[in-house]
Amino acid sequence: MTDGQTNSFFLDDEEIPFEEGQTIIQAALTAGKYIPHLCYHPEFKPHGSCKLCTVRIDSRTITTEDGQSVKIPGRAAASCTTPAVAGQHVESETPELLDLRRTLVQMLLVEGNHYCPSCEKSGKCLLQGLAYDLGVMDPHFPQYFSKREVDASHPDILLDFNRCILCELCVRASAEMDKKNVFSLSGRGATKHLICNSESGRLGDTNLAATDKAANVCPVGVILHKRHGFEVPYGQRRFDKAPISADPVQYAPVKEKVR
Amino acid sequence: MNAAAPTKRKLKVATTSLAGCFGCHMSFLDIDERILDLVELVEFDRSPITDIKHCSPDCDLGIIEGGVCNAENVHVLQEFRKNCKILIAMGACAINGGLPAQRNSLDIRDILAAVYARPGRGVHIPNDPEIPLLLNEVHPLHEVVKIDYFLPGCPPSGDAIWKFLTDLLAGRTPILGHGLIHYD
Amino acid sequence: MRIANANGDGQDCGRVIDAVLSRHQRDATRLMQILREIQEELDWLSPQTLTAIAEGLKLPRAKVEGVAGFYHFFHSEPKGRYRVLWSDNITDRMLGNADLMARMCKKLWLRPGEVSEDQLVSVDTTSCTGMCDQGPAMLVNYRPLTRMTPERVDKVVDLIRHKVPLDEWPAEYFVVEDNIRRKDALLGNDLAPGDALRAMRGPAEMLEAIKASGLRGRGGAGFSTGQKWEFCRNAVGTGAHGAHYVVCNADEGEPGTFKDRVLLSAHADLVFEGMTVAAYVIGAKKGLVYLRGEYRYLLDKLNAVLEKRRADKLLGKSILGQTGFDFDIEVHLGAGAYICGEETALLESLEGHRGVPRKRPPFPVTSGYLGQPTAVNNVETLASAALIAAKGAAWYKSIGTAKSSGTKVLSISGDCARPGIYEYPYGVTVSQVLADCGAIDTQACQIAGASGLCIAPGEFGRRIAFEDIPTGGSFMIFDNTRDMFEVARNFVHFFVDESCGFCTPCRVGTTLLKNVMDKIHDGHGGEYDIGDAQRVIKTLKTASHCGLGQTAGNCVADTLQKFRPSYELRLTVREFEPAFDLDKALSKMREVTGRDDPGAHFHIAHRKSKSGVGAKAGDVS
Repeated sequence: MTDGQTNSFFLDDEEIPFEEGQTIIQAALTAGKYIPHLCYHPEFKPHGSCKLCTVRIDSRTITTEDGQSVKIPGRAAASCTTPAVAGQHVESETPELLDLRRTLVQMLLVEGNHYCPSCEKSGKCLLQGLAYDLGVMDPHFPQYFSKREVDASHPDILLDFNRCILCELCVRASAEMDKKNVFSLSGRGATKHLICNSESGRLGDTNLAATDKAANVCPVGVILHKRHGFEVPYGQRRFDKAPISADPVQYAPVKEKVR
Repeated sequence: MNAAAPTKRKLKVATTSLAGCFGCHMSFLDIDERILDLVELVEFDRSPITDIKHCSPDCDLGIIEGGVCNAENVHVLQEFRKNCKILIAMGACAINGGLPAQRNSLDIRDILAAVYARPGRGVHIPNDPEIPLLLNEVHPLHEVVKIDYFLPGCPPSGDAIWKFLTDLLAGRTPILGHGLIHYD
Repeated sequence: MRIANANGDGQDCGRVIDAVLSRHQRDATRLMQILREIQEELDWLSPQTLTAIAEGLKLPRAKVEGVAGFYHFFHSEPKGRYRVLWSDNITDRMLGNADLMARMCKKLWLRPGEVSEDQLVSVDTTSCTGMCDQGPAMLVNYRPLTRMTPERVDKVVDLIRHKVPLDEWPAEYFVVEDNIRRKDALLGNDLAPGDALRAMRGPAEMLEAIKASGLRGRGGAGFSTGQKWEFCRNAVGTGAHGAHYVVCNADEGEPGTFKDRVLLSAHADLVFEGMTVAAYVIGAKKGLVYLRGEYRYLLDKLNAVLEKRRADKLLGKSILGQTGFDFDIEVHLGAGAYICGEETALLESLEGHRGVPRKRPPFPVTSGYLGQPTAVNNVETLASAALIAAKGAAWYKSIGTAKSSGTKVLSISGDCARPGIYEYPYGVTVSQVLADCGAIDTQACQIAGASGLCIAPGEFGRRIAFEDIPTGGSFMIFDNTRDMFEVARNFVHFFVDESCGFCTPCRVGTTLLKNVMDKIHDGHGGEYDIGDAQRVIKTLKTASHCGLGQTAGNCVADTLQKFRPSYELRLTVREFEPAFDLDKALSKMREVTGRDDPGAHFHIAHRKSKSGVGAKAGDVS
């Protein structure tokens, strides 16, 4: 960046230009640098709940009295909601942060019931794709084996709550784009869960249409289209062909929708 | 063991399938002709390949497919842990319970009652000391014993198994990388 | 609460709902108050009730259901005509609440959490209710009962069985003492209502005085009050309803804290006066008190004080006859959510949403209540501001230490002869505090609550001050007979109950940490589990969205460092222990097959579960 007018910051020592108002992840993805994420989506305002995109900002190295170099870690923050600031140094691909992200993925893997071999979303599931990319070999923690429901009441859409990671993309899509508010959240903490906008609680009693954004935004295998499954053969699916981190620009914010 | 033996001792490998479908073992055979290279490096102890019934006390690697669904699985797994230096959970079921664990959303008593209901003749659940008792829930291996390495896949491909084992036998922490790491 | 309500009579319900909605002008931002008032009439929030509220407020139904589902004190299923909630802070445990609750459940033929078959009563636990100086405490239909004893439990059981309305219960059960043991500049003030307001010379001068006084936030974070007010004053309101707001954070939920309860009970005028000072400085016309649901019993009293102040021209139009000095205050009630003590979660709740902390920036000083510039201050901060307005910055600055001016009100509970409220100039040592309240053989103090700091005797020379040990006021004392592992375990359970669930690390991490602590408690923990705990604590600290998650592991980290043997004595010699009880995992098949022979068990000697269902075996004593 030679243009003195353009703002820029450093991501893992690489200079990243940004526009005023962009968050760190928005600028990074636009510039072709991948930062892992799940609840961030190019068409929505950043949300900041999954914390997969956590980075460290402005770590410092100091020299102690006896000449030792000591690294003082910078503050940790979700890069999707943290505004980019000119000149700041952001770390993303450090062993500490990669380990943190693996732990977060493992937390999601044990919280829900994620049986990839029987999931229609396998091969194009973002949780799975991200786990592959981070090299998550196991869920590590004891499984919750939480008992969750399946809702097949809607003629075109099936809900399998076993796989919900509570990213709220469907909630946001239905409220912000479809203007229908079909989904919301209830409970809190460990009992937080997705609900449908009907007295019966059933999806079939809402006005969701298969063409709604909310019906097509789920990053995992919760919101599924009936009569469609396993359509792309093993080996030719999205993450069979390329890792999730390939071509980061595909996740760059769609300006007219985010702003 | 002979004290003067060369250092290139073959590593002893034991394998078994618990609550699995043997698909991972089948996939193991998909390493094809590379199995000839493998047997230069290892010898098989307890395994479906050898039909040896119990682990020798000096196994180096234990490779286990399938999760833990009954009392016998627990005993076999504990035997492996006791006798193997390194224990590997192979495949989706070993790692998170897999398809058998999908029964966990139901009460095992209800499942048995439904499975063994005979029209007009009530419920007769087989009850023989020879039949291992089922656990209330199916569990992954690492909830029962400490597992050292995990090789995901349903099944992991022959190439993934080969890469994993060659890394391990060479003393490297196995890294699969894109295309080889799979949960399905 | 109206006792004879079936919640099934559609017309009756409809009338109640309509009346409440009308009282609140069908304003969706008042959803919290609407839900509470309707529940007080109808006992619970049925699916039909939620639908009617949603329609009345023109809100999506799922949104109303989501808000109702967030707060512990709203219930969308019947909880009985009498809902008993035992405060379950560690201090209540130390006073024997577990045995008392078991006694109550036994006498009512109930299991904790369940509703009796006749829909009469349910008994459960809740997070610290702020009565630690007079526990064991409980709430019945959200009214506090203190100093529970076996005799009192038996009498309460009788009253419930005979369906005696709460208003006819003996008044002494509901007495809440202030227990002020040491007064200093704040609690010992001789001000009359209006003194502080009359002393003010102008907003800019007042702001300068607050800045010069060095006043810092008393909720625990310690941000400069003067700076906060200045940012807020300089921020511009936006939109058609641009305005500035003062919000008093009276959602004192930190376990072991009860000083705001006493300030609001004994010095409500001073708190409201502090809000009025803040309004004068930042140019606000409206102030809101967010009072925790556990302090519902203070509402009428506070409203009476507000009414009196209006009559005395200390609130309302042209305060003290000064044209343009208009300001009024309204009290909003929370509904059982610790997280709402976090200022942005509090604002969400005030606006009628789930109490989920906002993303920052923007900060409340520029975009707070309804997106407008808002000064959110702690009860004690506001009372102190009024004191400064009346007595001057220089006087105030001379109290305390160089970096921490003024005094701090401590809520002292646990193992001491005289629990209660103690006010000290900043800089007082922990050992001085312990001596004053009559603590002997103290092995640890938990300062600043469950999210705070656990200190051992070697550190008792440290001082209560922002530069050493900052605190919102919670000060819990543990003597040599207590088990610090159980203290940490109680706090970990608290965070599971109170996590909002927004972010992954806190939603999952608090539960994983609880599971590890329970496993160790049950005698099934090994070194492997300690490693897991450390890993979860690190994740919580680094990645959580707000302070709740970031500090939720502190209690375990501190006690692992300072009271490690209390963990080690529980660990098995094996490094790794199964994640679940192997022998118990055969229980259903033993039942199905009728087998109980050795082959139907795992003979692993260590498997002996100590925690039964709802037994709350965590009694520390």
